[in-house]
Amino acid sequence: MTQPHDPRGNLVRPYAVTRGRTEPSRDIPIEAVLLASPAAVQESRFAGHDKYRIAALCEPKALSLAELAAHTRLPLGVTRVLVADMVADGLLQLHSAAPKTGFTERMDLLGRVLGGLRKL
Amino acid sequence: MDFASSEERTRPHPAEITSAKIVVAGGFGVGKTTLVGAVSEIEPLTTEAVMTVAGQGIDDASKVPGKESTTVAMDFGRITMADDLILYLFGTPGQTRFWFMWDELIRGAVGAAVLVDTRRLTDAFAPLDYFENRHLPYLVAVNCFDGAPRYEPEEVREALAIPARVPLVMCDARHRDSVKTVLISVVEHAMATLVAEHERATPVG
Repeated sequence: MTQPHDPRGNLVRPYAVTRGRTEPSRDIPIEAVLLASPAAVQESRFAGHDKYRIAALCEPKALSLAELAAHTRLPLGVTRVLVADMVADGLLQLHSAAPKTGFTERMDLLGRVLGGLRKL
Repeated sequence: MDFASSEERTRPHPAEITSAKIVVAGGFGVGKTTLVGAVSEIEPLTTEAVMTVAGQGIDDASKVPGKESTTVAMDFGRITMADDLILYLFGTPGQTRFWFMWDELIRGAVGAAVLVDTRRLTDAFAPLDYFENRHLPYLVAVNCFDGAPRYEPEEVREALAIPARVPLVMCDARHRDSVKTVLISVVEHAMATLVAEHERATPVG
């Protein structure tokens, strides 16, 4: 994906786009994936330029928080604040990262990942 | 923007998508991004975290004079395994002074591979120390560069004082099949570790 470098460059302090907030309203793992419905993409037009870009990126394909930060060229922490807001506002659907507890759940996931790697 | 093909768009998204990650650690220039790129379906991407260097561990960074902000870059790749399962591979920032970023990266990870370059064995000490003190299954992958001194696996293990319980594999970070083998070993080691912990927690009889 090629995207012109953000013309605002370093003149804008990183957290200006979050209105100075540095703490996300919920913790989102770097690998957690997000999806936006077509309706949510339309709605996000009114939520500001950065949120609209994020929603548009998540509509065709589930993307992780890390991918969203890379594609928008926003720092990870800034992206996390925006994404957490969008999840709270119903603009993005948050999908779960790997289960951290439960022997059976974790073994099932590891087994699926192993199978996926072997098929590569 | 690379919008997905129309075929991809008409297929409904699954109700729940799970993502997992494997961390690739190692010193600067050891081949982490090369390894990620060898198996990733996308060109490795870079995400940046901005931090205030002087502000680390201090509640209000604005009160610190002469604070300067630093950007920590992490490269990562993606393997879509199924409609509802995605594996991400994250390379750690090369500089070991960014440990706090490593903590965020390893949280919830399946496991980790510490990549080692035999030409600069001492660069491996800090990452190995880090994982020895964390609760995450990891293995050591020795990257065999062309022209790099070839050592027997046991020589590397001894030189780096790697405990017997930590698997050690030889690899070539440029080759897909070789990297695939490394990742399979990480997951197998994670499964074995999980089973062993489970058995210790629930003794038979």
